[in-house]
Amino acid sequence: MDALDGNAIAGELFEVFGEEMTTAIGACAHCGATGMIAEQRVYLRAPGTVARCPRCSGVTMVLVSIRGGARIDLAGFKLAPPHDHGAPVDQQPAS
Amino acid sequence: MARAALPRRLNWQQARVVELVEETAQTTSIVLEPADWPGHDAGQHVDVRLTAEDGYQAQRSYSIASGPEDEHLVLTVERLDDGEVSPYLVGELRPGDELELRGPIGGYFVWNQSITGPLLLIAGGSGIVPFRSMLRHRSATASNVAVRLLYSARALDDVIYRDELAEFAAAGDGVDVSFTLTREWPEDWTGHRGRIDGKLLDEVSWPAADMPLTYICGPSGFVESASGTLVGGGHDPRRIRTERFGPTGT
Amino acid sequence: MSPVSRGFLGRRRPVADPSRIPPGQYLTTDFPVLSAGPTPHTPLDEWSFTIHGEVEEPVSWPWEEFLDLRSETVTVDIHCVTKWSKLDTAWTGVSVDTLLENVETSAGYLTAWSDGGYTTNLALEDVTDGKAWVAYEYGGEPLEAEHGGPARLLVPHLYFWKSAKWVRGLTLTADDEPGFWENYGYHNHGDPWLEQRYQGD
Repeated sequence: MDALDGNAIAGELFEVFGEEMTTAIGACAHCGATGMIAEQRVYLRAPGTVARCPRCSGVTMVLVSIRGGARIDLAGFKLAPPHDHGAPVDQQPAS
Repeated sequence: MARAALPRRLNWQQARVVELVEETAQTTSIVLEPADWPGHDAGQHVDVRLTAEDGYQAQRSYSIASGPEDEHLVLTVERLDDGEVSPYLVGELRPGDELELRGPIGGYFVWNQSITGPLLLIAGGSGIVPFRSMLRHRSATASNVAVRLLYSARALDDVIYRDELAEFAAAGDGVDVSFTLTREWPEDWTGHRGRIDGKLLDEVSWPAADMPLTYICGPSGFVESASGTLVGGGHDPRRIRTERFGPTGT
Repeated sequence: MSPVSRGFLGRRRPVADPSRIPPGQYLTTDFPVLSAGPTPHTPLDEWSFTIHGEVEEPVSWPWEEFLDLRSETVTVDIHCVTKWSKLDTAWTGVSVDTLLENVETSAGYLTAWSDGGYTTNLALEDVTDGKAWVAYEYGGEPLEAEHGGPARLLVPHLYFWKSAKWVRGLTLTADDEPGFWENYGYHNHGDPWLEQRYQGD
């Protein structure tokens, strides 16, 4: 089953964080690759949802819904404080 | 409708089905009147949730097909015969029904007219949906950002919004639309044939040196392939935004 | 509860014999692919199955030897924690009893581990006495990669997340050590008839 991406869990993440999270930037705890949550590879339809680093496939986030309550484990994804978001697309990122 | 800020809360709400418009044999646009719609940005999506009488629920995400300036919220849904939600939306749903949804959702795969181009839009199957919203917004705001759209579909009958896309291209204000058909094509077909590859992208896309802003939307395999080919051809990966759908025909 | 969507039934199938469907489950006739990660593709000449950990001596079989082990074909019902139950599924594989035949251990538990990093924990008594297999055929055909091939663990009396896809070995342990989903709140045992979906159920 091909992975989707972080866009597929945008609603769930909004529920947990109370804000739009797909543009949030972080670093993979396994290989250090930086990127936005939207770029994570997302595997839905398991007992929970697993997000993985697009470079190394290491687990970055796990979302489970247990007895109606959503929980998220972000141990694999170091969010840049305080939830730095990716630049709006018209700004060139600093080289 | 003015461009909306992203919502503070994301609540489920009811949306009344106003009209159903058949786009292709497998695809229907659902025109909706939500109870409390805050507006949206082109490229955003909604989550739709269906509830059976015994409480069983199923939920899916659908890109918004309407432009931010349009009167109604529109979703365009492709019916997957072995799907659980799409055969209900395309087949059972009727005008007057209420559909539970939440949105708009998404801040990554969005475009508005203040964002500079040129734009390269690459669509696979129903991946064309968010681009329709973007193009409608572009028209409604009289933007002249240059756009090249490449749309991959299995066959001509599977192309959604064919007439509308032709109108955008014919307006002469900077929108170029190319099609590639991957399974079958009419005898007199003058468009492209076969899956997207480096050669086709070289032909239809902006050169990498133009630093286009690229959006790619469609099934995962399609997105991976198009993205990889662009990056391999020298395009800046930081200028490429992707949105992967579940199965759809490319 | 959300308002009802008129006319929505979902993909559920009518149930002829409710006694075969555990509480909270729905019947399906398809075979959904649920995965926590990309499908591994270990070449068969690099594949092996290993039993190690709290054992006198570890034991390991490469693929060809594994296929030579005594195998069985069983027809079982399977129950996924995502609420899908599928009846009368036919699998061929090696009983875990056969794999443990010459293994000396005092361990009471094990962790099944797979290509791609997945793990799940089980009590030894849940995989012995004809309750578990390492299966390499489904419906008489070689097990497809997306369903866990070349071989997966099959423990049908527990929720199917315990039937680890792409299984490569069992680590016998003195204590019950939560695996991947168990660490995120899923039940250590997972009996569908007692609806043991989450810790504390």
